Amino acid sequence: MRIPYLLACSTLLAAAAGVASAATITIATVNNGDMITMQKLSSKWEQQTGNTINWVVLEENVLRQRVTTDIATKGGQFDILTIGSYETPIWGKQGWLLPLNGFPASYDYNDIFKGVRDALSANGKLYAVPFYAESSFTFYRKDLFEAAGLKMPAKPTYDEIAQFADKLTDKSKERYGICLRGKAGWGENMAFVDTLVNGFGGQWFDMKWNPELTSAPWKAAINYYVNLLHRDGPPGVTGNGFNENLALFSTGHCAMWIDATVAAGMVFDKTKSQVADKVGFTAAPHGVTEHGTGWFWSWALAVPASSKKADAAKSFLAWATSKDYVKLVGETNGWTGVPPGTRESTYDNPNYIKAAPFAATVKTAILSADITHPTKNPVPYTGIQYVAIPEFQGIGTQVGQFVAAALAGQMSVDDALAKAQAATKSTMQQAGYLQ
Amino acid sequence: MKRRSGSHRVAGAVAWIAALAMFFPIAWMFAASLKTEVEAIATPPLFLFMPTLENYREVFARADYLGFALNSIVISLGATLAALALAIPAAFAMALYPTNRTRGTLLWMLSTKMLPPVGVLVPIYLIARETALLDTRTGLIIMFALSNLPIVVWMLFTFFKETPKDIIEASRIDGASVVQVITVVLLPLVTPGIASTALLSIILCWNEAFWSLNLSAHDAAPLTAFIASFSAPEGLFWAKLSAASTMAIAPILVLGWASQRQLVRGLTFGAVK
Repeated sequence: MRIPYLLACSTLLAAAAGVASAATITIATVNNGDMITMQKLSSKWEQQTGNTINWVVLEENVLRQRVTTDIATKGGQFDILTIGSYETPIWGKQGWLLPLNGFPASYDYNDIFKGVRDALSANGKLYAVPFYAESSFTFYRKDLFEAAGLKMPAKPTYDEIAQFADKLTDKSKERYGICLRGKAGWGENMAFVDTLVNGFGGQWFDMKWNPELTSAPWKAAINYYVNLLHRDGPPGVTGNGFNENLALFSTGHCAMWIDATVAAGMVFDKTKSQVADKVGFTAAPHGVTEHGTGWFWSWALAVPASSKKADAAKSFLAWATSKDYVKLVGETNGWTGVPPGTRESTYDNPNYIKAAPFAATVKTAILSADITHPTKNPVPYTGIQYVAIPEFQGIGTQVGQFVAAALAGQMSVDDALAKAQAATKSTMQQAGYLQ
Repeated sequence: MKRRSGSHRVAGAVAWIAALAMFFPIAWMFAASLKTEVEAIATPPLFLFMPTLENYREVFARADYLGFALNSIVISLGATLAALALAIPAAFAMALYPTNRTRGTLLWMLSTKMLPPVGVLVPIYLIARETALLDTRTGLIIMFALSNLPIVVWMLFTFFKETPKDIIEASRIDGASVVQVITVVLLPLVTPGIASTALLSIILCWNEAFWSLNLSAHDAAPLTAFIASFSAPEGLFWAKLSAASTMAIAPILVLGWASQRQLVRGLTFGAVK
C-alpha cells in the first residue's frame, strides 16, 4: 500500500510543480510578416517549456501609446514588447526595460551585427534583442533600364536618380520614374527625407541643439524631393507610405523606389509581385556625402521592468532571436522568409544566399548604416532617420506635415521649412535643450 | 395631387442617395475583403475581380474571433444594463420631479462627454491597475457604462418627460410606491424609448475603441482590438483588415437591421405607447 501511495503523492507533487513553474506570458507586438511567422512557430517553444503565450497584436502607433502608458504607470500588462531601435535606448536609460545581457553562451551575442547591438544598447547594456533589422536601398526595374539603355551604378547619386526618373516616366502608361514616401509622419515621409537631407550635407541640429531646418542643405534637399515627385512621381503622392509604394512597385507602376530593405523579400515573392523577376537593387543614393544616406531600423523584443514573469520572457527572447530560430523559419517557411539583417550566421548560410539574391546588398547596407555618424558634419545626436531623443516623435511628425504640405503645393518649400524651424525651436526650448 | 407625388419622388430620391452614400463605405469594405491584397490597394480601384474567401480563412486562422466576439457581447450588454439601471431612476427623478438645479445637472453630465478621453487616460489607467480591473470585462463594463451614462440619461429624460404626469399622479393617489410607479406604470409605457436607448448604448459600446484598446490586453479584448491587430506597418493588409472589420460589424449590423423599426419608432415618434 505504501509504495503506490508514495508514487501517487510524488506524481501529484510533480504535476503541481509543473503547474507552478509553467507561466503564461503576454507579448505586445506589431502585425507584420516576420512577427506573424513568430506567432505561428511559437507553439514549439510552448511545447518545449510548458509555458503559454498570449498575443496582443496592435497597430504600430497604438502599440507605442499603449505600451508607454503601461510602462510609465507600472501596469505590468505585458511581459515582452516589440520595440524599435528609436525607443530602446531612451526607455533603457529611463529604467523601463530589463537588461538582456545574461543569455547562455549558445546564444552567441557576437554573431549579432555590432551596429545592431549598439543601436539597441544604452550605457553599455543591451536592452532589446533584434528580431529583424533593415536599412534602405534603391529598387529598380532592370527591364525598363535595359529598354532605355540606362545602367544603374552601384552607388548612384541623387542627380543620377533624377535623370533616370525623367527618362523612365511615361504617365500615359501610368508608369512613374520614382516612387517615394509622401505620407506625413516621423516614420513615414521623414524616414526618407532624413536620409535625403543627410545626403545633401544637412542635419537636424548643430552641436548646441539649434535646429538647422532653414539651412541651405535642407532647402536644396526638400526642393529636390518636391520637384522630383511633381515631375516623375505618381498621383496622390502625399497619401503614399511604405505599403502604398509597395503596391505601386509590385504592380509595375514604378521604375525606381527608394525604401526599406525589408521590402526585398516582398517584391521578390512571385505570388504577390508582378515584377518579381525584373527587380534590381543597389545602394541608397548619396549627394555630397554617403554618411546617413541609408537608414537603420530594427524591430526588437524587450522585457519591461514591470514584468512579473521576466525569466519566462527572457527564455522566449533567447529562443525567438537565436540562430536555431532562423534555421527553423528557413526549414519551415522557406529561406526568403527568415528574419533579415541581424545575424552574421544568416548571411553565411548557403541556403539563404541561394534563395535571397538581395542578401549581400542588404548586408552591405545594414553594415554601412552607422547611427553614431549620421551626417557630414558632427552632431550631438545618434540616429539616421530619427534623432534619438524623446521629443523627436512630435518634432518629426510635425515637420513631416510641413514637408507634406509643400509637396501638396499648399505652401512653398521656404515657408514650410520656416514653419518647421519655428516649431522645432519652440519644442526644443520647452524641453530645455535651448536657453 | 401631381405636385405632391412629385415632391414625394424627390424626397424618395434624396433618401436613396443618402442611404447609398452611407452604405457605400460598408459595401466597399465588404468588396475589399473579397479581393487579394494587391487588388485591394490597386489604383485605379477595381470594380470587377475574382472574389476570394482567403482573407476570411486567414483572419480566422490568426485570431480567436469567437473569443473577441464573446467579450464584445458581454461588455456591450453588461455596460448597457448597468447604464440603464443607473439612468432610469436618475431620469425619472429629473423628468418628473425637477428642481432648480435639474437643468444645470443635465448640462454638466453632457459636458463630461466633451472631455477628450486621452486627457484622463493615465488617472483611469492607474485606478484600473489599483483595483485590479485592467484587462477584465468588469473594468470595461464599468468604463463603458459610465462613459455612456450622460447620453442614456438624456435620452431617457426626454422620453420620461413626455409621459403624462396625470398617470403618475393617479397611480400615486391609488397608493403605488415610487418603485411601483417606475416598474409597473412608467416602464411599460416607455418601453419603445428604453429599447431604442438600449440599442444605441449597445452600438456605442460595440464600436468604442479608445478605452477597449487601452484598458484591455488579452483576456477582455473586444472586437475593436481584433480589428486593430490586422493593420500592418510593413506589408499589405487592407484586404485582411476589411475581412476582420466585416466580421466585427456583422453582428451589430444584423441587430440594427432586425430592430430598425423599433429604433426608428423610439427615436422619432416619442416614447409613450
